[in-house]
Amino acid sequence: MIGKPQWLVANGGTILKDARQELGRRIEHPARRAFLQRTLSLGGVSLLSGCALVDADSVETALQRISRVNDRVQGWLFDPRRLAPTYPESMIARPFPFNAFHGEDEIPTIDENGYRLEVSGLVADRHPWTLAELRAMPRTDQVTRHICVEGWSAVGKWGGVRFSDFLRRIGADPHAKYVGFKCADDYYTSIDMPTALHPQTLLALTHDGRTLPPRHGFPMKLRMPTKLGYKNPKHIQAIFVTNTYPGGYWEDQGYNWFGGS
Amino acid sequence: MEDASKTIHPLWLRLTHWFNAVAVTILTMSGWRIYNAAPFFDFLIPKQITLGGWLGGAIQWHFAAMWLLAGNGVAYLLCNLASGRLWRRFFPLTARAFVHDLLAAVHGRLSHADPARYNAVQRAAYLFAIVDTLLLVLSGLVLWKSVQFPSLRELLGGYEAARRVHFLAMSTLLAFVVVHLTMVALLPRTLLAMIRGR
Repeated sequence: MIGKPQWLVANGGTILKDARQELGRRIEHPARRAFLQRTLSLGGVSLLSGCALVDADSVETALQRISRVNDRVQGWLFDPRRLAPTYPESMIARPFPFNAFHGEDEIPTIDENGYRLEVSGLVADRHPWTLAELRAMPRTDQVTRHICVEGWSAVGKWGGVRFSDFLRRIGADPHAKYVGFKCADDYYTSIDMPTALHPQTLLALTHDGRTLPPRHGFPMKLRMPTKLGYKNPKHIQAIFVTNTYPGGYWEDQGYNWFGGS
Repeated sequence: MEDASKTIHPLWLRLTHWFNAVAVTILTMSGWRIYNAAPFFDFLIPKQITLGGWLGGAIQWHFAAMWLLAGNGVAYLLCNLASGRLWRRFFPLTARAFVHDLLAAVHGRLSHADPARYNAVQRAAYLFAIVDTLLLVLSGLVLWKSVQFPSLRELLGGYEAARRVHFLAMSTLLAFVVVHLTMVALLPRTLLAMIRGR
């Protein structure tokens, strides 16, 4: 019998955990493989264009490129003064649907007292924020429609700090291109500065009048009625301002980056 | 050179027709995959006939082909207007002529002797396809950018209503395509005319 190498015994647990995480990420979207296969079987287009076979990689590259063009078109269409419609409270969806890249059993638990919001990048004041500090800032609320990339929508009520107020407070460079977010469940995303400064973009601390529950992003989420759901990060732990494109969890897999509505 | 006197469909019309066919095929199949992500009727579209594989892929196809549909559609309408073909081919169109030609068609007595002249049913059907596609584009704009096009959104009854309008407009366009392809199968020389122009 050949014994297990010492390092494997020592690190076995960690290696397994890493592998499981890595595998989990890959298996999560078996449909992506089907996407490529379907690309190949686009018979009608192949026939009409006279091409026997469309190369899957080049098709995906072309589609990605068009998606980036669509980012620019949306940036151009975005009017920083145009407000998303607001609704009467009677239209609020209760219970409000849960949706994430993970199941409800994987919602992170965050200790309120130990929580610190990290701020970095092109900002003047990098001190970490406690929840008490955030709650002490002027707050506002909104009843707006949350539109999911899947197509469904639901009216909800969110309350919190105007993100533009927060960005001003930390001395963020308003000419920077991107604001990025890192979340407690390893989700990450990024948005354009004009949307970050939009008056309806909220650092939401409450949902439906109560402290934001874990399933909707405790201790805070970024609420933007001008963007699709996957652009609204929950359980935010770190915010950074940058000129380097930060991408996002879904965006890196093919969802459109701007994701405006 | 083509003999202009024999040409039924000018080159620009044939090109825009086939580009439109490609765009509509991609948009319909990818749209079905997008519908499947959050169906609002009691059925799903069979995965085998959808395009994109997963939601992100379907959206990429959909938001790429929309430019082909829109650009090609604008070119078609401009050429149609500028050449005067729109008025020559589609008008006059009266309800009386429509009913007359429809009854004649049902009884198998509608003549297709001159393929350069559309009967009243054809005129109505093709105009319907144009208007329906326009409705698809407008409701699609509301789904894509509901905040940025507020008057269009309110005109269609809001975001959720626009989803249904978009789906129903797709369904009726598909009904048109089914009838259209059936007629082509019955009169194969019309397919030849759409390829060669004569």
